Amino acid sequence: MFAETSSLTITGGGRHSGLSPGEAKPYLRTRAGILRRFRCGNTRLASAGYADTGLKAAGAEPRLAPGADADGRVIALSGDWVMANARAAEGALGALSFQDGAPVILDLSRVGRLDTLGSLLVANIRAMAKEHGAAMTLRGATPDQLLLIAEVQAQPDTTPKERPFSGVDILVDVGKGMHGFGKDFVGGVSFLGGFVAALGRVIVRPSHFRTAAFVKQLEAFGFRSVPIIALISFLVGGIIAQQSVFQLRTFGTAAFVADLLGILVLRELGVLLTAIMIAGRSGSAITAEIGSMKMREEIDALRTMGLDPMEVLIVPRILALIVAMPILTFIASMSGIFGGGLVAWVYGDVSPDVFLARLQAAVRMNTFMVGMIKAPVMALVIGLIAAIEGAAVRGSAESLGRQTTASVVKAIFMVILVDGLFAMFFAAIKY
Amino acid sequence: MTEPGARETVIEVRDLAVGFGDRLVNDGLSLDVYRGEILGVVGASGTGKSVLMRTIVGLLPKKRGTISVFGRDMDALSEKERQSVEKRWGILFQQGALFSSLTVKQNIQLPMREYLDLSDRLLNDLAMLKLDMVGLKGDAADKFPSELSGGMVKRAALARALALDPEIVFLDEPTSGLDPIGAGDFDELTSTLQKTLGLTVFMVTHDLDSLGSICDRIVALGEGKVLAAGDMSVMLKAEHPWLKAYFTGPRAHAAQLGRKNG
Repeated sequence: MFAETSSLTITGGGRHSGLSPGEAKPYLRTRAGILRRFRCGNTRLASAGYADTGLKAAGAEPRLAPGADADGRVIALSGDWVMANARAAEGALGALSFQDGAPVILDLSRVGRLDTLGSLLVANIRAMAKEHGAAMTLRGATPDQLLLIAEVQAQPDTTPKERPFSGVDILVDVGKGMHGFGKDFVGGVSFLGGFVAALGRVIVRPSHFRTAAFVKQLEAFGFRSVPIIALISFLVGGIIAQQSVFQLRTFGTAAFVADLLGILVLRELGVLLTAIMIAGRSGSAITAEIGSMKMREEIDALRTMGLDPMEVLIVPRILALIVAMPILTFIASMSGIFGGGLVAWVYGDVSPDVFLARLQAAVRMNTFMVGMIKAPVMALVIGLIAAIEGAAVRGSAESLGRQTTASVVKAIFMVILVDGLFAMFFAAIKY
Repeated sequence: MTEPGARETVIEVRDLAVGFGDRLVNDGLSLDVYRGEILGVVGASGTGKSVLMRTIVGLLPKKRGTISVFGRDMDALSEKERQSVEKRWGILFQQGALFSSLTVKQNIQLPMREYLDLSDRLLNDLAMLKLDMVGLKGDAADKFPSELSGGMVKRAALARALALDPEIVFLDEPTSGLDPIGAGDFDELTSTLQKTLGLTVFMVTHDLDSLGSICDRIVALGEGKVLAAGDMSVMLKAEHPWLKAYFTGPRAHAAQLGRKNG
């Protein structure tokens, strides 16, 4: 079934084709032009020989030989001018030389195969000839090859130029970063405004509240996060207790591990661990979900149905986070203290009675409340950042990935920052 | 056109069965695609046109039957041989399937970079040339797929399908979602490229205009098999009720009328 490629040259009937350089306008051509050329031509090539190449092997090496014969100056091409031979074919063009104004003949009669790459190089040769003011004619090309060559024009050099690196680039980057930070802040504030307004609308008309969506998100963000958050808090509580017991034992005060653990976990660690886990687990989910909905025009569809995406998508998610966060924080705190107590008992010989007595003495209601008050604020921060980043997704898969990463990184950063602000605030009011 | 006896078969499908779960979409389907033709594949929704295409290119597993491309049984090929066959076809997916994080130019250059040893200049020129061939202007080159219109996406995707100068091009509903003029342009483009590049075109389509104007042969699928194969005159004479409704129904008349008046 693979006919010999040499059959090409037998079919060649188009000697001295009428394609003169004047006809080709390499840099200016419209699509209408391509089509017009073929509208009347009804010669369908049922079996275009050029394509019959077997399993496209590199084949004979393309060569270019300048010379002269009875017709004048001749540039003879031979071999297979196909993509697989790109380097060799491009290199062969190095042998080209033109005399100003002297017409040349490009002889293709010994060319085996010719694809778009070969045609492009023929077009490039023609363009070079034109630069030297030399008229070029083709000879020995098959009708198929002529058809392809007629279709292909030399391309203007639009290869992207590499810019040398300069120090200014760093400044530009820093400037852009700062500008982006400012825009993020303004965007965040305006998004918060939009969220509060939508929340207000929902409160005024409770029938607009999407209970089903809220419950579904509560399950996804809250209930399904319980095992991992409980486990992590348990382990971190245990590690802190082990370290504390190890250090306190030198002073003979191992029982004070309960004071340390109770205050640390209830005030800071419970809520911080939960927030970081939720930012990674649920914040990323919100960003990816809203981002891909945006990519697939689902958000636009909602809008055209007269539904407010803020009300339908964002409010239930952020509210679910705000409700789930304190519950998860509570679970995390309890689990952390339990893990710490267990380690203190097993590793530090602090009996549960002593541990609980110390805990009761050390922890007051406000210690517990400090953690719980922070939880919904953290949830709001995570939810807002996730939603903003989701809405910032553009058309590409890459941008979805980028925004999801940004969502998690920004949320964790903000959670820690907010925690610090809270610490200062509570210290100031001596709570 | 050469007589059928002398034509070389580039794709040969024999007794193909493809299905999902218990349901067979294609069942005992046999089909030939000849070199240099534009083959239109039609059929009601769900008759397995796209499934057939995806099975031929190896995206779906088959349950039974053989598929030979360029005279080689695709099952018998080693990984490497298969890859060399894959380099010889290009596929235009229905939604374009352009890589959204790459520009149009980078999309076209991707298969070239992967398989060919090209200088930067040639890589660039070839990509621009392919764009030019499918009728896209140079300024589309550095755009991302999300910034293109539906018709431009199809053209860019066709340019990518043509990146390696394939011998067979699979088109999955190339004119769906285009306006009639855009669809007509695309048909003409397909026909032009088929002639200049000597392509064999396997086109899944619903578009009666495409079938009538550029397809050399039409294959109608139904009941998991080929209901009829031949040119438009064969289709018009077909007895199967779906074919009758499709080719001689009101929409077909309208298309005919449009052609006569146009």
